[in-house]
Amino acid sequence: MSVLIYAENADGKFKKSTFEAVSYAKAIAAQNNTSLIAISIGDVAKDDLAALGKYGAEKVLNVSNDKLKNFLNQAYASVIAEAAKANGADVVVLSNSFSGRGLAPRLGVKLQAGVADGAVALPVQDGGKFTVKKTAFSGKAFAVVELTSVNKVIALTPNSYKVVESGAEAPVEDFTTEAKASDFKEMIKDILRSTDKVSLPDAEIVVSAGRGLKGPENWGMVEELADLLGAATACSKPVSDAGWRPHSEHVGQTGIAVSPNLYIAIGISGAIQHLAGISSSKVIVVINKDAEAPFFKVADYGIVGDAFEVLPKLIAAVKEYKASA
Amino acid sequence: MSKILVGISNVPDTTTKITFTDNNTQFNTNGVQFILNPYDEIALARAIELTDGGKGSVTVINVGEANTEATIRKALAIGATDAVRINAKAHDAWYVAYQIAEYAKANPFDLILTGRESIDYNGSKVAGMLGELLDIPSVSIIKKLDATETEATVEREIEGGKEVLTVPFPFVAGCAEGVAEPKIPNMRGIMGARTKPLNVVEPVEVETLSEIISYETPAPRGQVNLISADDTAKLVNLLHTEAKVI
Repeated sequence: MSVLIYAENADGKFKKSTFEAVSYAKAIAAQNNTSLIAISIGDVAKDDLAALGKYGAEKVLNVSNDKLKNFLNQAYASVIAEAAKANGADVVVLSNSFSGRGLAPRLGVKLQAGVADGAVALPVQDGGKFTVKKTAFSGKAFAVVELTSVNKVIALTPNSYKVVESGAEAPVEDFTTEAKASDFKEMIKDILRSTDKVSLPDAEIVVSAGRGLKGPENWGMVEELADLLGAATACSKPVSDAGWRPHSEHVGQTGIAVSPNLYIAIGISGAIQHLAGISSSKVIVVINKDAEAPFFKVADYGIVGDAFEVLPKLIAAVKEYKASA
Repeated sequence: MSKILVGISNVPDTTTKITFTDNNTQFNTNGVQFILNPYDEIALARAIELTDGGKGSVTVINVGEANTEATIRKALAIGATDAVRINAKAHDAWYVAYQIAEYAKANPFDLILTGRESIDYNGSKVAGMLGELLDIPSVSIIKKLDATETEATVEREIEGGKEVLTVPFPFVAGCAEGVAEPKIPNMRGIMGARTKPLNVVEPVEVETLSEIISYETPAPRGQVNLISADDTAKLVNLLHTEAKVI
């Protein structure tokens, strides 16, 4: 028995969500008195691979193969399943990222494993039962799911488990694999990643704006505040529906669910569908000119005021704070 | 492309306030309006566009009991050619994917579309599981899908960007906003839906791999701390010293 963590990289670099998942997987291995093995696929520097040991990996399997340089759902799932079998892993952990969401179900089938995706807490193992708390109803609730299978696949929601440094560098081993040809039907044509922007699902701070901003031309101040705070920008559904902002920024029940440390909502009234997507944010700040806006009921801090007056002042205050810090 | 299968689910309306009964073990469906999962509407709309003008057919498939038929009829009214209901409670994603895969093995399709996730249990698992069960590619979460005779070009969401892929048919894709605009059924569609075929198929037996034990609602937040619009410095200070988030 062992726990296998798929350490996802973006452009050859591990992200915080990967360290969270490794730390989380380490805690599961500790629950079971077993070891944690990490697997990385693609081009990651040797030092970065070894550094996964700091978060609890006892061994790092490195799959470096030209054909597997970029994420291919089918082929990656085959490689991870192969590694799980070769290492007797009965729990496989991944990050509930876009690729993780593609891998988890395929791994579930390959390993005949129950899948808990969107996990938000460590599993509880009690009297032979293995249960995991996960998001449900788009953030309006949580469901506690029992995985009744021998093998288990868990995809961890970013920002829901703290990075824990527990160990030293880990040995890195090459893991070679002959993924079958039929796993390579997809062909990547182009990868367009804006490297200068914080990605929304991983962001620790999100600055989000709604119809109160009146038009796409006014987003400059939202972006300025986000830049100052190292935050990702987001928006409400009416804003993306109107084409003011791309769909990829739409946070809410039918958009992206986020769980940042800080969510700043500007000119968003707080419809139930929007609140669903942000309810697991740790701290919520609401700026709205309508004191009766439902968003204030779930906010930790609020400012009643017009976005066009408050935002420049807030930007100035953050600049001042940054200058003094 | 001739045949498209669209997996659909019956979910609580987005405005639903979620509550539970029986010591938080059952979702309280009392007074809840059920709808076609919004992402599935996008998948269905794109399937209809791709087969428009007699280029093919769109079959919608749902794993559910008789109470999901209103939602299935809505999909037919929107423009699906026919529908299949696997007569069973949608136990978990594995159970649903297995049932649909069995159907698709017996009735092959060129393309299988689902929504990126259902808005109730937020599993985004059925598409990937179907791909694995049928040993064909699965792509999620897609924001764009264009097709030629033999392959499709899709845009997939990735952290901080997007990826463009070509995928040969058959494959499975989980659709999100951007793939198509949901279609509103017209009167002709609604009338026609009544007579379109809705085949009820009994499920095959399969072991389940997960079980929902209970539910929890998010912890209520305390009273909001209202700060004067003229004192943004105080807010920044509180975020630093009290909330410790900046």
